[in-house]
Formats: sequence, C-alpha cells, structure tokens
Amino acid sequence: MKSFTQKVIDKYNRDKTRLMDILISIQSEFGYISQESVSQIAHELHMSEVDVEQTISFYHFFSMKPTGKFSIYLNNSVVANMMGRKEVAETFEEEVGIKFGNITADGLIGLYDTACIGMNDQEPAAIINNHIFTKLTPFRAKEIIRDIKEGKKVQDMFTASFGDGANRDDLVKSVVSNNIRKIGPILDPQYKIGDAIKKIIKLTPEEVITEIKSSNIRGRGGAGFPTGLKWEFCRNASDGIKYLLCNADEGEPGTFKDRVILTELPRLLFEGMVIAGYAIGAVEGILYIRHEYKYLEEYLENILKVAREKNYLGIDIMGKKGFNFDIRIQFGAGAYVCGEESALIESAEGKRGEPRDRPPFPVEKGYLDQPTVVNNVETLCAAVKVMLHGGEWYRSFGTPESTGTKLLSVSGDCRFPGVYEVEWGFSVNSILDMVGAVPRNVQAVQVGGPSGSLIGSNDFDRILGYEDLATGGSLIIFDKTRDLLSDVVLNFTEFFIDESCGSCSTCRILPSILKNKLEKILDARGVKNDIAEMEEWGKILKASRCGLGQTAANPILTSIKNFRHLYEDKIQKTKDFDSGFDLWRAVKEGCEVTGRVPNI
Amino acid sequence: MSKPIVATTSLAGCFGCHMSFLDIDERILELMQLVEFDKSPINDIKKISRKCDIGLIEGGCCNSENVHVLKEFRENCKILISVGECAIMGGLPAMRNGIPLSECLEEAYQNGLTVKESNDARIFPNDPELPIILDKVYPCHEIVKIDYLLPGCPPRADLIWEALIAIITGNQIKMPYEVLKYD
Repeated sequence: MKSFTQKVIDKYNRDKTRLMDILISIQSEFGYISQESVSQIAHELHMSEVDVEQTISFYHFFSMKPTGKFSIYLNNSVVANMMGRKEVAETFEEEVGIKFGNITADGLIGLYDTACIGMNDQEPAAIINNHIFTKLTPFRAKEIIRDIKEGKKVQDMFTASFGDGANRDDLVKSVVSNNIRKIGPILDPQYKIGDAIKKIIKLTPEEVITEIKSSNIRGRGGAGFPTGLKWEFCRNASDGIKYLLCNADEGEPGTFKDRVILTELPRLLFEGMVIAGYAIGAVEGILYIRHEYKYLEEYLENILKVAREKNYLGIDIMGKKGFNFDIRIQFGAGAYVCGEESALIESAEGKRGEPRDRPPFPVEKGYLDQPTVVNNVETLCAAVKVMLHGGEWYRSFGTPESTGTKLLSVSGDCRFPGVYEVEWGFSVNSILDMVGAVPRNVQAVQVGGPSGSLIGSNDFDRILGYEDLATGGSLIIFDKTRDLLSDVVLNFTEFFIDESCGSCSTCRILPSILKNKLEKILDARGVKNDIAEMEEWGKILKASRCGLGQTAANPILTSIKNFRHLYEDKIQKTKDFDSGFDLWRAVKEGCEVTGRVPNI
Repeated sequence: MSKPIVATTSLAGCFGCHMSFLDIDERILELMQLVEFDKSPINDIKKISRKCDIGLIEGGCCNSENVHVLKEFRENCKILISVGECAIMGGLPAMRNGIPLSECLEEAYQNGLTVKESNDARIFPNDPELPIILDKVYPCHEIVKIDYLLPGCPPRADLIWEALIAIITGNQIKMPYEVLKYD
C-alpha cells in the first residue's frame, strides 16, 4: 500500500491541488484510504493530516474504512424507487446477508445507498467498482451476487449486449443506453471535429466573443448567465493565467444529458473547450466530471490523445502560432454541491467542495485564484455550432429571450424516457405528448430537478425558457398513482439534507426541520399552522451562500404552492396545535434496552 | 380580584433556574403580595391543586415522568413559559442526543469506570416505579405548546422578575440587548 501511494503521489508531482486525483487512485485501488496513507500523503504534500481528512470526509465515494472488494452503490433517487428499487435492494440484502450501509465480515461486498447517478432513464441502477449496472431486477441482483461469490470480474458480469452507440466502444463496453429520442443542432451526428477550430483561428478572440454574444446563448447549467458576457469578463480580467473549466458534474437528480454528450459527442465538447479557451485566452482547460461517470475515463482520455496527435490540442493549434491549449480531466468523488461553480473550482483544487463567497466571481478570481470561466457541457457544445453557422442562425431557434435549443433529460412515468433536443419555447403539454405520457394521467412534473419546481396540470401550458420555466433540462413525470408528498417531496428533501456542505447554518439546519414537519404531516399529526410555518421558514433559506442552500426548500415550497390540497387533506381539522410528540414512540427504545414493559 | 396563581417545576434541569429565581432576593416579599404559589419546589407543594395562571418550566424532558408533569402543567396553566436553555433547547442533558441510548446506558451502568462497586450485577435500573428514559432529550415546545421562552443559563433573576411583572401587570417586558447576548 505504501509503495502504491508513493507512486501515485509522485505521479501528481506532490502537488496538493491534485489531492482529489491522488485520493481517487488510492480509493479505487484499495476500496478505502487508510490512516497510514493519509499520513503519507500529508507528509509528502506538506499538508496537515486533518486537511487531507477533511477532503476525504467531504466526498461520498471516499472512505477511511474498507468499502468492500466489491462496493455496490445502489441509487436511491425518486425514479429508482418508482422503477422497483425496493425489491432490488431487498434482494441484495438477502443474498449478501447484510443491510445497506455495511460490509460483509470477509470484506468481499459492501452495500451502499447513493444519490442519483445520472441513469434516470434506465433505473434502478447501481455502480459496482466504477462500472454501471442499469435496469436492475431482483433476478439480476441475484445473478450479480452469485457472480461475485464465484470470483468473476466486474466487467465479466454484464449480460450479453452492451448499450447503444459509443457505449459499445471497446474502451467503454457499458450496458448504459443513450436513449437519444430527438436530435437538433447540438446532437446532430453530422459533425466533423476541427471545422470550427479552423474557422476561429482566422478570427481574433474578440471576434469570437462578438459572434457568441450575437447568438444570445445563455448558460445551460440552469442559471442562464449570458455566455458571451462571461467570456468577455474573463478575457478583460486583469493579467494572469486564465482557465476554462467545463462543468460536467451533472448532479441534479433526473439530469443525464451531459452523460449522453460525453458518450456520443465528446469531440464536439472538446472543440467547444478549445474555442472558449481561444476566446478567453486560456492555456488550460479542465473537464470536471462527476465520479459516477468514471466508466468513461479511458474512452475520453483516448479521444484527447488522438486530438493532441492531430494538433486540435497542444502547441500552435492547427498551425496558429501562439495558440496553445490543452485539456485535462478532473473527476469528482460524489458531491452534488460541486455542480455549483465555485464549489467545483474548490474541488478541482483538491479541497472540500464548499462554495466560495462572491464577489469575487470566478471570472476575476477562480481556479488557483486566476480568472476562470466555468461553462456547462451543453453550452460549450452549442458554442461550436454558433461558430460554425453564425449567431444569427442560432437565434433562429427558440424564443427571443431564450435562443437555441435545450437538451432535456426526461424520466419517470412515460413511455420514452431519454434525451430530447428541443427548441426553447415548447410547452410542458407538448413535451408530455412527445415523450409518450398521457397528459390526463399525469399528476405532476418536476421541472429542473429537486431545485426546480413541482408543477401540476394548471401549469402544463407554460413554456420552457428563461422567461417562464427555466430549467437545466431535467423533467421527471409523475402519474396519478404516485404519492407526491411521501414518494417525491420527502425524498428530494432528504437529498438536500444529505448533500448540504454544512457551511451555512440555514442549509444545514432548516431542511432537517422542514423534513420533520413534513413527516409530521404525513404522520397525520400536522395542523394548519405547520403549513404556514414551512412556507415562512423555507424563505429563510434564501440567505444561504449557494444555489443548493437557496433552493433546498423548493420541493416543499413548490408542492405547497401547486398541490396545497395534498397537505390540507392530511392535516387535523379539529386541532390548532399538535407537537407531534408520541410518548409511546419516545419510550420504545428505552424499554427495549432496559428490558422493561412500557407502563406509561 | 384574586391574585394570579403561579406554579413552577424543574424537569431535566439542574435547579439552577430556580436558584436564579431566588436571586430576586427581597423582591420575593413583593412577589408574595402580587401572586399566590401553587406547586413549586419553593414552597414544596408536590401536586398542582387548582387552575393556575402562570407556569414556569425549568429543564427539558428526558423521561416519561417529565412528560406527564409537563402535560399536567399545560392542562392547568393559562400561560406556560420555558425558562432557561434546557427547557428551550434541551441544554446540557441533550448532549446525549447524538449518542445511541444503549451506549449511554452501557456507559452509565456497565462500562463506566465508577460502576464497579455500585452495580456489581451490571443491570440497568428497571424497577417499574422508575420513569422510563426517552429516546432523546426533548425541549418543552416539542411536546406541548409553550407561550413564552426566557433565555439564559440560567436566565438572570432580573429577567425572570421582569417577565413575571410584565405578565401580572399586562405590560411589555423590557428585554435590552444585553439580556439576549451571552458571549
């Protein structure tokens, strides 16, 4: 273990900003990071041990205790539950003989819950030693455990066929499916790498920015900041090395379109990064990918290698003197908040992914305190098409306020879950038709993931766009058989509690209090005032530092707004006050431990 | 008009709030002119005997008896006040809330360094007469409706005095910044 750790430390030049990579290597080699490794890393990187430990403890996929030779991370998101996760989880527990959150005595298998892994259109899904298993059934769960016990390797446990498209690539070999249902200018397969680079090197960086600005494209991660403006701010920022970061953290439950781009159109993305790098004057680009997509690593690294060989990356790109740009891939280690740009920067620097205070904004002081642009995967891909066909062409798609197209990740109760590229301005109703959901059977749609809104049929004629329903692209459909409060809102609220980085007291405390209130209402102990208090307390979350905290009450707030009757049906009509306290429940544990009979 | 009736009790507390109450010193004579006391450790009346106007609660709830007493106070007091940190937040006793109950009991009755002589048989107290310990320590407002909170550990005598006088006279309480600032 010691020599392996040393080799990894040396590979990353004892650079503490590469701590994430060092920890990821050790974790995947041994299934955990030992105290000895921590000491060794701290010593070699000239850090304190607690600094190493605090990074480890922040991320879901790091552990200082063994997680098993085979660690099974089963998604526990809303859609996984809807598609039969419970039976799969029970089968795993029965076959392995342990409960989730534990590891077998012989250290062979560990069972763990994990938040949405970006496979919402093929749930229930699990990650086993960085390999993805989709559409699990109790039968498959049995097979997998049998295979593990028989000593098979993970890559030999797949069923006969791999997924579609590049999922079959020799370097991927994954059962994941792309499920591309509708293509548009971004997903257009008629694309040749290099054309856009050849075009831009004849332009000045300022001309590139002008073209991007004329397209009116806005950030596709969800916040919708005008991309051209961001590039210009960074370009005009004071001297220093500039960086381009691409955000492929895609942690919003229900979102998986970046995974499809990374699989099918990685060259388009890399070309987009080169263009952005040229425009802002960066020499290094970092593609920050969520850990869940680690199975794409070899494939993507190989594409980068080929791109370097063809001089799409490297020194004097395509013969343009002085245009140097290269890309490295940075993996995360399981933390939703790292999708927030300043947290992503912190994480890429090897630290805990805690959002920074702003200002200064990343365009002034970002990665390693240098001017940095952070763009979403889809934004950069769109930039390539804008440069190829012009801003005016791009504006011909969508609405005046929201130009271009949007990749939607559609999942839940519909016949055709998957990725759809549509122009901005589509109504929810027309999308429901398109994806094979029967609008009259649809109870609700979660637009934009848990941090977005839960809307009902009254809002189905609203349109997707920055002027109405802004979204990072996740749409989860719930039919009338679903219990929105217990199946959806509670799960989302628990998700926010798990994923809070804990920096702001608002986000650390209030979601737990709100969850308790919600459970009290589900328990039929709620009173009218509880609903009012949830609405009031939810507002306080706006004081949080980052978007995660600010939106953590949205599942509750938007469901109260759009489905108030569900709450009102469950509260007590005859009481004004009920604390929800249950003495029988409160003494249960005490009686069990002391062997007493409750005599209250 | 008859005098308002006050009842007080200490649940999972240390009696520190009651000691602070006694720190109103000679004003207690004035208070006796203004109110009558029912159940309270101060006069050693054990049971609430009539409907009261004001109930002062020290301490949170750590066992079933605390819950019964608190509920009895709620049923019989028009105004119920959580006095001090433990009643309001659980306080020091609530430090056990992060530790599984079984571990707390094992440490106290089986594995603790001082257990040896006092509990040879290593049994948990289990006489039916004893109150049953709760899964965690609850602040009072998580069990019954609480009307007012008096902060402090303990709340200073002047604050308790001011609060009682404000309620008795129907005036606003004076709560200067210093009263709510503890660092």
